[in-house]
Amino acid sequence: MSDKLSYKRKIKCAKKMRDIMTTYYLDAMTAEQNGKQVAWITSGGPVEPLVAMDIIPVYPENHGAMIGASKMGEDLCIKAENMGYSPDLCSYARTDISCSIVKGGPIGGLPKPDMLICCNNICGTVLKWYEVQARFYNVPLFILDTPVCHTRYSPEIAKYVRAQINEYIAFLEMVTKKKFNYEKMAKVGRLAFEGQMLWKKVLNTTAHKPSPMSAFDAFFFLALIVTLRGTQVAIDFYKELIEEMDQRIKDSISSVPNEKHRLLWDNLPVWYQLKWLSTKFSDHNACLVADTYTSAWCSALKYIDENNFLDSIAEAYTRIYLNIGVDQMAEQVLDMIKFYDVNGLVMHSNRSCKPYSFGQMDIMEIIRKKADIPVLMIEADMVDPRNFSQSQVETRIDAFMEIVKLRSS
Amino acid sequence: MIYAGIDIGSITAKAALIKENRLLATHIIPTGYNPLNAGIKVFETVLKKASVSKTDIKAIVSTGYGRASVNFADKAMTEIICHGTGAHFINPDIRGIIDVGGQDSKAISLDKNGQVENFAMNDKCAAGTGRFIEVMANALEVSLDQLGDFSLKADNPSKISSICTVFAESEVISMIAGLQKRENIIAGIHESAAARVAILAFKIKIKEPVMMTGGVAKNKGMTAALEKRLGFNLIVGDSAQENGAIGAAVLASRL
Repeated sequence: MSDKLSYKRKIKCAKKMRDIMTTYYLDAMTAEQNGKQVAWITSGGPVEPLVAMDIIPVYPENHGAMIGASKMGEDLCIKAENMGYSPDLCSYARTDISCSIVKGGPIGGLPKPDMLICCNNICGTVLKWYEVQARFYNVPLFILDTPVCHTRYSPEIAKYVRAQINEYIAFLEMVTKKKFNYEKMAKVGRLAFEGQMLWKKVLNTTAHKPSPMSAFDAFFFLALIVTLRGTQVAIDFYKELIEEMDQRIKDSISSVPNEKHRLLWDNLPVWYQLKWLSTKFSDHNACLVADTYTSAWCSALKYIDENNFLDSIAEAYTRIYLNIGVDQMAEQVLDMIKFYDVNGLVMHSNRSCKPYSFGQMDIMEIIRKKADIPVLMIEADMVDPRNFSQSQVETRIDAFMEIVKLRSS
Repeated sequence: MIYAGIDIGSITAKAALIKENRLLATHIIPTGYNPLNAGIKVFETVLKKASVSKTDIKAIVSTGYGRASVNFADKAMTEIICHGTGAHFINPDIRGIIDVGGQDSKAISLDKNGQVENFAMNDKCAAGTGRFIEVMANALEVSLDQLGDFSLKADNPSKISSICTVFAESEVISMIAGLQKRENIIAGIHESAAARVAILAFKIKIKEPVMMTGGVAKNKGMTAALEKRLGFNLIVGDSAQENGAIGAAVLASRL
């Protein structure tokens, strides 16, 4: 590929997003000087009430992804292990805990929190992780407990979670010593809803053949819907990104130069191997057009009532991808296989993320039976490179692609 | 027309030549530290064995862990497809393959045309690979060729409970210290490795007839332990260890 073509394939909005993220982190780093409070929050937590209260939300998991992508994970994981934490503990948790002490990583650690918001809809590890941090920083911790909806969202669960939303607001009023602004909440709720609709639209552009972007791009552009959900900034950015994608479709600019095979990715990215993996698949003329991870930030949209936001988020935050039964997860994967018309599924068995990786074997069986496409399972970890063996993964990908090619010929 | 296949494994390098759909010659050497040199050497030796010259070779396919190092090959392909093709070439009825090599063990299922349907490979762990057995053989001071005969003489196989190669080795050492019979310890080692490999076969719901390939197929104790675990007999050909190279040569003929 010539330099000119490679330049053409670059997504222009990427620079803008980097600038937005830099501003966001600078704001968070200087919050104290500007009289603002900072809340650390789990990736699946309801951030909108924080935005409505003018509290800056900071995501240790987003920070973990940055650490992984900058290949600084191993060192920080080892530091946590030296502190006595098990190597089996989630690498986001390990890097966050050690980073609080050594102030390492690409941005020298996160700004000190004034409070911690922990929602266990993504995993159980966050409970203990946030308790550790609450003790370390000596700040109040709010836990939003969302029971797993194996089959359905029962009236008992609805009542239980809804009551906690009120407790959450009372907690914020107590910590900030300010009254909760319900009017602003309604506005933020509408912005959050619109942002997620736009994010969904961004992801849907990859249904086009050839795909204008790949899951590797989605992993990157995801940062805004996570960190700036409920703000106009996210909405304006995604509108621009959709425009660029539509233009790429018109101009026939594809993510993979010669897209012949379309694949679906499951689980978190392998942050420190994004480039290698993306080149590896691209060399096979394969594009990872979609993934179950980035779509999690718009998959519960159907439960949100933008005009009755606080009441509806109890259900929306409880019924996210990682908090439902394996059968329902498999149904979502099957829907994606159909919508994006993919001919192979790549599953990342992630040593760190137990709730995501547990059940993958069952999902694999269901997909093989119902969608009749080849499925590959690779073993790795999102941040800790000691759990990744390049030559082993390479052989598995090559063999998988041989089967995908045979099936499509 | 003569075609060549070169399989650079983690422990041995194999080469095979085929001519008009029949096997001409094969050769095996240790890989050593330089996979390219091993490739050149095993290729030159197999040519000499078959009394053909380099210029007679129409195409070469390389496979195995060192496949990318063989810079004189026309194409590099994975062991999965090479073993599938090799097994189908030797015996077209084969529907399943269990390949246990030095670093990897895998189960492969084939359709009736010899195309790979599905496969499963061991995870990042040496238990259930040739390396596991080799480490144990060293601890017991038994050569690899003797392992099979020893284990077939066992009267009460020892139980190796550990699933980790390193810990299993210390377990074996404590068994030696406890004066357990060497035959029984070796049989126990085979049963432990067979249990790991069988999981791969069950995972992909392997169908008979199943061929066993890879260097470990030459170990009668291991094949017996695997057959017991699987509940059916395995087919072990004379060229089990060279099967990947044979498949690579067949694939070279289709380039």
